Amino acid sequence: MKYAGIDIGSRTVKLVVLENGELVFSRKSITSHNPLETARELMNGAAFDVITATGYGRHLLKGHLGCPVISEITAFALGSRFFSNDCASILDIGGQDTKAIALDNDGLMNKFEMNDKCAAGTGRFLEVMATALGFTLEEFSHAALGARKAVKINSMCTVFAESEVISLTSQGALRDEVALGIHKAIASRSAGLLKKVAPPGMVFFAGGVALNECVKVLLEKEMARPVFVPPDPQIVGAIGAALSAMKEA
Amino acid sequence: MADYTKMWSELGLDLEGHDALLSVLGGAYTDIFLSQKNRPEGMKYFDFVMSEVHGLRIQELMDAKAQGRKVIGSYCVFVPEELILAVDGVSVGLCAGAEFNFEGAETLLPRNTCSLIKSAFGFKLGKVCPYLEASDVVVGENTCDGKKKSYEMLAPLVKDLYVMDMPQMKSAAGKALLKEEYRRFVAKLEEVSGKKITVDSLKKAVEVVNAKRKAVKRLAELRAADPSPISGLDALLVNQVFFYDDPIRFTDSVHKLCDELEERVKQGAGVSAKGTTRLIVSGCPMAVPNWKLPMLIESSDVVIVGEESCVGERGTRWLTEFKGGTVEEIIDSITERYFNIDCAIFTPNPSRVEYVKEMTEKLKAQGVIHYSLQFCQPYIMESSPVEKELEKSGMPVLRLETDYSQEDAGQLKTRIEAFVERLKKK
Repeated sequence: MKYAGIDIGSRTVKLVVLENGELVFSRKSITSHNPLETARELMNGAAFDVITATGYGRHLLKGHLGCPVISEITAFALGSRFFSNDCASILDIGGQDTKAIALDNDGLMNKFEMNDKCAAGTGRFLEVMATALGFTLEEFSHAALGARKAVKINSMCTVFAESEVISLTSQGALRDEVALGIHKAIASRSAGLLKKVAPPGMVFFAGGVALNECVKVLLEKEMARPVFVPPDPQIVGAIGAALSAMKEA
Repeated sequence: MADYTKMWSELGLDLEGHDALLSVLGGAYTDIFLSQKNRPEGMKYFDFVMSEVHGLRIQELMDAKAQGRKVIGSYCVFVPEELILAVDGVSVGLCAGAEFNFEGAETLLPRNTCSLIKSAFGFKLGKVCPYLEASDVVVGENTCDGKKKSYEMLAPLVKDLYVMDMPQMKSAAGKALLKEEYRRFVAKLEEVSGKKITVDSLKKAVEVVNAKRKAVKRLAELRAADPSPISGLDALLVNQVFFYDDPIRFTDSVHKLCDELEERVKQGAGVSAKGTTRLIVSGCPMAVPNWKLPMLIESSDVVIVGEESCVGERGTRWLTEFKGGTVEEIIDSITERYFNIDCAIFTPNPSRVEYVKEMTEKLKAQGVIHYSLQFCQPYIMESSPVEKELEKSGMPVLRLETDYSQEDAGQLKTRIEAFVERLKKK
């Protein structure tokens, strides 16, 4: 049997297929104005027997395929166990929201917290800030890691922070140091959310922002505990959905 | 619905805005309530009340006014309906449940004011609430800071704003203050109505209101059955209509509904399958037409079996017990009754969480959703200790903070579904 999981996120759609407990297929695509169409294109050519959907677009797909759905939060809890058995909590920073999830001893989701309804401190925030500083996302993280000190960023609102960054650079602030300030702001906000629920122990870091080495390093400092980033942190939710499809089958 | 245009114009409503409001309200009602499966027949009465909420009921208020009775509007469960009925007045809860004319409200109020207060102002400035326009006296009460200060701005906008002070602690001094305020309110009611409160009129009023509360308490108890005989949305609606309808007719209709529900319980029939996840909602009041959260919850394969809220058990669970026969003694009994209300404006407020625990046991709930309106400081502050206390006793809690807008529906849905998945894995 081939079990597929699809995670229709706000910025990217992820599709994976599991067979005999192995990841045999994985594909991502940028979410368009028509997430259903994006999901269809992604599924085109992928071979699977059953599929479960997660992510903010899950109900859209359910309406068309009649497939089962699970929330992203449960999907991340399940998916994290595919990569690691010894994490006590999960931090997922996606395109427009941040989730902190506490796991129980069996690796099941126990408590969770999510950010408020705006995109403060999420992947989208990082993208806008990188653009404001004239960096690609890779350069952005690299520049921050190389900075000697951080310029403090006060606003976490994507719109206000952009003006703040522009005003700082026009006052002569070094852009690497501003970059570090932005990364610190994200790390401390995410750690705040995580501290509300996370039991002691290793943190599993997932979502697109986990690809950013600087956020990971800062998070380890803030949390004073190890942070584990899986090989492909963006597909954790999709893998969780596929594992759920397997459980239900 | 008959043509009420003339009545609405005479009340000074803005007809265009009012039409727009009614059409949104009607659409939402059809989508949220009429689309539910296995609804009790007895809900037809409440459907009718809702379809005529700005029509026939307002006509009744106008008829009462023509007979010289006074209409007293209020925003809070601390305003005793008994006292209003004792001067042959009509008590109505005022509209504060929709995101209407918030731009207008924000010309007077800070943006970070809760939706309930903004809604009251939006309705007033937009001239779309016939209850408010029909009220001879509008009663404000010094509960939270937002309401307290906003009444200063509401006063020049309405005919007669009467402000009632409120204690903040459950002390002897607090109770004395509440009693004194109720006495002062009696004087106000006697003055506007030109009628004296007598032992007979007050006793009768207490009996009418007690009967009304007993009816909704009966409804609340029937929801302990699995499967629940009624949806949380429908039960909430009954609790919302509680504030608008004629009290005697309302009481009869709730009992008729309960007779039917009792029959359902006997037959093991319910609104959803036996074993459906059962939740309690605790926190801020949900005024008509604030149905967003219960709709999101119940469309997630859940049945809500109780509301620990002003529009729910916090407003109805106590009855007035007669301890003596004079007007003074009955006012004492009324004060005793209202002083029990465990609103988050009180500090400390330990009985509230204790009662939520009791409700989860009585109603066999598997979890609690704590609902706070954004910027409602008392309930948001209390949400964290309530959550900790309940989780400590093994009761899972999901804390949600939202307002009247629809923009966060997707995020709320994700949280609710994840919470339900957490409960199901147990």
